[in-house]
Amino acid sequence: MPGCRNPPAGAGGPVTEPSHAELARVVREHAGRLAASLVPLIGDFATAEDLVQDAVVSALQRWPTEGIPRRPDAWLFTVARRRGVDALRRNSNYRSKLEQLQWLIHRDPDSEPDDRLRLVFTCCHPALPRSAQIALTLRVVCGLTTAQIARAFLVPESTVAQRITRAKRKITEAGIPYRVPGGDELDARLSEVLAVIYLLLNEGYLATAERSAARDLVDDAEWLATLLHRLMPADPEAAGLLALIRLHRARGTARFDPAGGLVLLQHQDRSRWDRTEIAEATRLLTRAAMRHRPGPYQLQAAIVACHAEAERWEDTDWEQIVLLYDMLLHLAPSPVARLNRAVALRYAAGPRAAMSELDALADALDRYHLYHAVRADVLRELARPDEARAADLRALDLTANPAQQALLRERLSWT
Amino acid sequence: MKYVLLFVDTEQFANELQAMGPAERERAYERVNQWFADNAGRIRGGSKLQEADTATTVRLDGGEPVITDGPFVEGKEVVSGYVEIDVADLDEALRMVEAWPGCPVVEIRPLAPAGP
Repeated sequence: MPGCRNPPAGAGGPVTEPSHAELARVVREHAGRLAASLVPLIGDFATAEDLVQDAVVSALQRWPTEGIPRRPDAWLFTVARRRGVDALRRNSNYRSKLEQLQWLIHRDPDSEPDDRLRLVFTCCHPALPRSAQIALTLRVVCGLTTAQIARAFLVPESTVAQRITRAKRKITEAGIPYRVPGGDELDARLSEVLAVIYLLLNEGYLATAERSAARDLVDDAEWLATLLHRLMPADPEAAGLLALIRLHRARGTARFDPAGGLVLLQHQDRSRWDRTEIAEATRLLTRAAMRHRPGPYQLQAAIVACHAEAERWEDTDWEQIVLLYDMLLHLAPSPVARLNRAVALRYAAGPRAAMSELDALADALDRYHLYHAVRADVLRELARPDEARAADLRALDLTANPAQQALLRERLSWT
Repeated sequence: MKYVLLFVDTEQFANELQAMGPAERERAYERVNQWFADNAGRIRGGSKLQEADTATTVRLDGGEPVITDGPFVEGKEVVSGYVEIDVADLDEALRMVEAWPGCPVVEIRPLAPAGP
């Protein structure tokens, strides 16, 4: 990478050879802050973001061998400034601003105003398509490189680069503001941000063993949700989403067997669940619920908490789960949530009740593999093995996820 | 920042307008007038357009100019008017458009900066 042959002055010497997770953590903590302070200074989102990305790429090339500097923020800043002065030869206005700029070393990062909220809202602006919101948020706020994003989503690097270039151009040319939306707008805008984080959770959570790059997205999702919750502590949905992510993570290791196969909730070894983490996430959720503003993320977290708190599968409070699904469907109706409710209903009220719910969903979910997998389960319980087998085959036909395919094949081999 | 708001009519909207009684239509126009009054400080000009069937399209990319009757895209959605606005940013434009009481689709297009 250009412009960074020598260690920037005053950034401190290397400490130890860092691990992949350590690198990701440090970059995440500092790249977004740097972007947040450069955007208002340079006055142009795209230019500031390019400089930060350059600095991040340099860091990822050099830190693995040289160690993480004592002041990673000052290091990234120095590279970004040097690169900026270099690259902005034609724009004397930006250039002189950058030349005069010194990195303010804060003794206590918590005491400085955190500008990253503006960054998050700009990246997740509803005038940008979802795919661009995701790529921009990962790159600008979490400090991921284009190559890392491409690996996580299994798309060509050039596709991610194009998405980001186009989005940044739109931010500048269409006048997308760099601000935290106020008043009436805030709820709708926040739900865009939460949707992006939720997608990262899903993408990472559903990834199979072969896609370890995607699994890191759960780290990014948790980190973003933590940031959002810290910056908007009064918002119960931000807290609810964070609790949801933590409840999933607390049980993460039990979801796969040693060969990388998926283990269903019913068969998971619950002694491998992190009970402390579950209790903490549940407390977070309870505090959010005290604000009496229920929302889809709090309700999903509450459903997961019901599962997580059960010592054994037999202890699951299915009536409570059905009730929570009723509330969820009232706030955010969706066929997939109705399918999940039907699963809970099967245990709370029996297979016949579940089956009539499933029949009602036949049209909406015909192309969804889990619909057919659930239906197969219930048909088997109703002693209709031929139909069950057909439903399993249909499910197998519809999923590309190897872990789920393996599970379905195994079930077919029993019948 | 300057933007043009392109107002787009749909067939359904035209039919609904047609089906209104005189008093109801009067109220619909009143709401649109109120919107223009509320946003007078932001609006720099613009106009309603005549019906799309009055449009003439000229294509210059095939050697000789080709003149055809009708708008450049045939479809159920047609541009029926435009205004130019001057606002702080896209969020302000979005707030204006979200309160628009007329036709069901509005496209917000930033104007290109003047000069070379």
